Amino acid sequence: MDTVFALGSASGKAGVAVIRVSGPKAHDAARAFESLPNDQRPALRHLTYQGEVLDSALILRFDAPASFTGEDVVEFHCHGSPAIVSAVLAALSSMDGLRQAEAGEFTRRALENDRLDLAQVEGLSDLIEAETEAQRRQAMQVFRGALGAKTDIWRSDLIRAAALLEATIDFADEDVPVDVYPEVKTLLSSTLTSVLSERDGVQVAERIRDGFEVAIIGPPNAGKSTLLNALAGRDAAITSDVAGTTRDIIEVRMSLAGLPVTLLDTAGLRESDDHVEVLGIERARQRADDADLRVILVLDGEAPILEPRADDIVLSAKDDAGENRGVSGKTGAGVDALVSAVGDILGKRAVGAGVAIRERHKVAMDRAAISLGIAHDRIETAPEYAELIAEEIRDAIRALDSLVGRVDVEDLLDEIFTSFCIGK
Amino acid sequence: MFHVKHRDFDVIVVGGGHAGSEAAHASARRGARTALVTLTHDGIGAMSCNPAIGGLGKGHLVREIDALDGVMGRVADKAGIQFRLLNRRKGPAVQGPRAQADRAIYKAEMQAELSGTENLTIIFGEVTDLMMKGSDVGGVILADGSEISAVSVVLTTGTFLRGVIHIGDVSRAGGRFGEAPSIKLAERIDEFGLPLGRLKTGTPPRIKASSINWDGLEMQPGDDCPALFSFLSSKPSARQISCGITHTNEKTHDIIRDNLDRSAMYGGHIDGVGPRYCPSIEDKVVRFADKERHQVFLEPESLSTDLIYPNGISTSLPVEVQENYVHSIVGLEAAEIVQPGYAIEYDYVDPRALTANLRLKDVRGLYLAGQINGTTGYEEAGAQGLVAGLSAAGDALGLDTASFSRETSYIGVMIDDLVTRGVSEPYRMFTSRAEFRLSLRADNADQRLTALGLSLGCVGEARRKAFEHKIEAMESAKTRLDGFQFTSRQLAGAGAKLSADGPSRTGYDALSLADVDWDTLENIEPGLADVPGEIKTQIKRDALYAHYIERQKRDVALMRKDEALKIPQDFDFEGLSGLSNELTAKLVKIRPESIGQAGRVEGMTPAALTLILAALRKSERQKAV
Repeated sequence: MDTVFALGSASGKAGVAVIRVSGPKAHDAARAFESLPNDQRPALRHLTYQGEVLDSALILRFDAPASFTGEDVVEFHCHGSPAIVSAVLAALSSMDGLRQAEAGEFTRRALENDRLDLAQVEGLSDLIEAETEAQRRQAMQVFRGALGAKTDIWRSDLIRAAALLEATIDFADEDVPVDVYPEVKTLLSSTLTSVLSERDGVQVAERIRDGFEVAIIGPPNAGKSTLLNALAGRDAAITSDVAGTTRDIIEVRMSLAGLPVTLLDTAGLRESDDHVEVLGIERARQRADDADLRVILVLDGEAPILEPRADDIVLSAKDDAGENRGVSGKTGAGVDALVSAVGDILGKRAVGAGVAIRERHKVAMDRAAISLGIAHDRIETAPEYAELIAEEIRDAIRALDSLVGRVDVEDLLDEIFTSFCIGK
Repeated sequence: MFHVKHRDFDVIVVGGGHAGSEAAHASARRGARTALVTLTHDGIGAMSCNPAIGGLGKGHLVREIDALDGVMGRVADKAGIQFRLLNRRKGPAVQGPRAQADRAIYKAEMQAELSGTENLTIIFGEVTDLMMKGSDVGGVILADGSEISAVSVVLTTGTFLRGVIHIGDVSRAGGRFGEAPSIKLAERIDEFGLPLGRLKTGTPPRIKASSINWDGLEMQPGDDCPALFSFLSSKPSARQISCGITHTNEKTHDIIRDNLDRSAMYGGHIDGVGPRYCPSIEDKVVRFADKERHQVFLEPESLSTDLIYPNGISTSLPVEVQENYVHSIVGLEAAEIVQPGYAIEYDYVDPRALTANLRLKDVRGLYLAGQINGTTGYEEAGAQGLVAGLSAAGDALGLDTASFSRETSYIGVMIDDLVTRGVSEPYRMFTSRAEFRLSLRADNADQRLTALGLSLGCVGEARRKAFEHKIEAMESAKTRLDGFQFTSRQLAGAGAKLSADGPSRTGYDALSLADVDWDTLENIEPGLADVPGEIKTQIKRDALYAHYIERQKRDVALMRKDEALKIPQDFDFEGLSGLSNELTAKLVKIRPESIGQAGRVEGMTPAALTLILAALRKSERQKAV
């Protein structure tokens, strides 16, 4: 297998640049720089290639399989100069059996060598993408294998249930317990409950990953764009005193109370003859409807322009002096209170997030839940068709398995043979 | 061809056990001039282990062999002295026919089948070596030095590779009890440098029936309405008997525990791996220490002998310990042991060295079938013999080789498991090994395979007629069913548990409901009564799973797609960057023939599969340029 290398940190000038080498010749590569540490302790070395000192760098050595990729790995922590980086990369390229890594190749090797499962790889990519604290926490949980751990429990319970059934099927003429249904039923219903609750958390988890949408709505000229600008701290939306300035929807992505939030500034809602404005208003209503939370601005003495939902925040607009417990983007009055109210509401919702975070996870859990439900019912209604119950359980295992790996009939037989004395 | 070299036979089958008999018969059925070389007449059709055929998964295999016009099912039907359909109370997909077989009748009937077969010559002698043409096999050499040439040779030599028999601390070289292992042939096999592994298996002591006190023992009779193996058989021909059931007890277990160090297996004399599903009594007592008793079936070996096979107490303890523990069992207090139990250890060839036709990948002309491939059981052996025989004949005659897939047969499941995953214990069939279990039923083996058999030319006239007649009858009955629309109200009125307001359905759809049977439909449409009973039963079984099979079609389609992506034999797995060394080594060894097969290699990951796929695409593109 090839040994691959790549710049692991961002390119450009920086304090430190990390170049990672992984594969059977990783240690040789460090030796070629006369820089291989004797053991796994970090060592400061002069990177010397063909007699020339390229840099003074901190070298980390990892021996297979105790590394990120599961292979021999060396990391060169050089000074972050583009010239040094390109000199080191050029030297590595010239070595026999080494090549530039393809995109994602280190991670793929980690997956390949069983250092990470599929969900962990997704977690890692989310971790790298994480911009807010909640995203970091969530991605870290997945990266550390939380979904894999949960799936393992479901899987081993279902394998146990399947093994109990299969034992009564394949060893019908042996001395195996006949009435396995009570245990099978318990296993199925506990797994089903757990899968369903995890599935329900996916939507929230997806929000944490992709961001909550908070729409600011209100009549024209209620100061929505000004408020957005105040929240975002920059001029993202065009603001003017002319009613109906914002025709399109302006989105600003920000971290609010540690949560990723996309603020939506929408067109002012009012009756209009302007064709373009009518379209804008229609889109604004639609987006406001889909948003996770609405901040509804109300002008003095008027009713909210939309029927507020339970969690929605209704505030007086243009409360420049902060006298009406309202908000003003212009003076900043009430902005902090709004931020903490939004943070509270979304924070409460974020608590419901599970370790499954993607639509893919949800689809798999839905499929498993349907099969488990049918299997559970059949134990009541048609217990004689053990093979059909077993079929549903297999289907559920297959579905859950697609989250992290795959199941094998050998797992099933292992469980049977360790549990029952088979062989008359 | 300009120089057709004269050869003695098209196919030579070495060994007359279950694999050998089936291989020779299959090869001859395809029209290949076939020789069966075996040591003695007496060895043909011998059942060296328990006197029973079939069971779960195994019964399915026998039905499949029969659907292809093989011999095992027919012979077992003639020898059957107690028929039981296992899982009779569960769904038809997991019902497996099983029979106690009279050893003597089985042997005699098998010998009669083979000696009456056209194109088949039986030769008695010991094969001591293979004739080689370069690296290809071109025949066999007998102990007297005579040479027999052929295009294909099928080796079905069971446990002969370094077989060692253990009784307590006494061990000696041997194949079956009382038979000599063939050393020279083993040396030749060694020369091929095949990967070998070591397995063990055991047998119980055999007991004189007349020395057993049968009074008070529970007796298990056969089914009132016996289910036979062959689609062409109608009823048992031998006298039917019952089996006795007794149990071990604490005293038995104490005796065994006290003498564990004298057991060959526990005394450290055996390295081979034994089957988990068929543990010795020593194993049972040690591994399931809290179990107070273990069941022992007392199975008559034959109507014409006084021998009982006590199924459940196989052992490698010394003879006197065997006597002690046997005598501690109720009913066996005065039992006379005619032949002590023993364990046998033997080498097997890692079946991953074989193609899906059971030919060695690196030795043209040489096929392996049966226990030598790491399997156990007559049925598993017979099914492999069938595949090897059909393929060896195909090779010799320039016809298609026989290929079986996981989606259409247990045979396909077994072969794929063997050549893709190898074995870690003696391989036995279970229904849980078949992912398409609901469609691979014992009852529809003919619907799945007889047409294939006809196209391979291994199915005789009598079966063809019976099969075509049955298929026609089923088609016509189904057409009639589809012609009727039954409303939910009608069905509910006739006793089905469903809402009367539901949709109406065709007769076949209605039968897919668990509680609708033909009687329900006949109550509404009396005209359906003239469909023959056997056809009714079969259609009901098909309909019962129709919904599931529809769902499985999705998986089947996916699998077919993967199977269709062929990996060239010279594909360079080692040159593939990004595969772990361990996986690369496995792939190089197994050389999967398709992406589907590669996906079933142990330890395969989705990422690795994607890599292989990408490399395949790349090389295809390069070829296309």
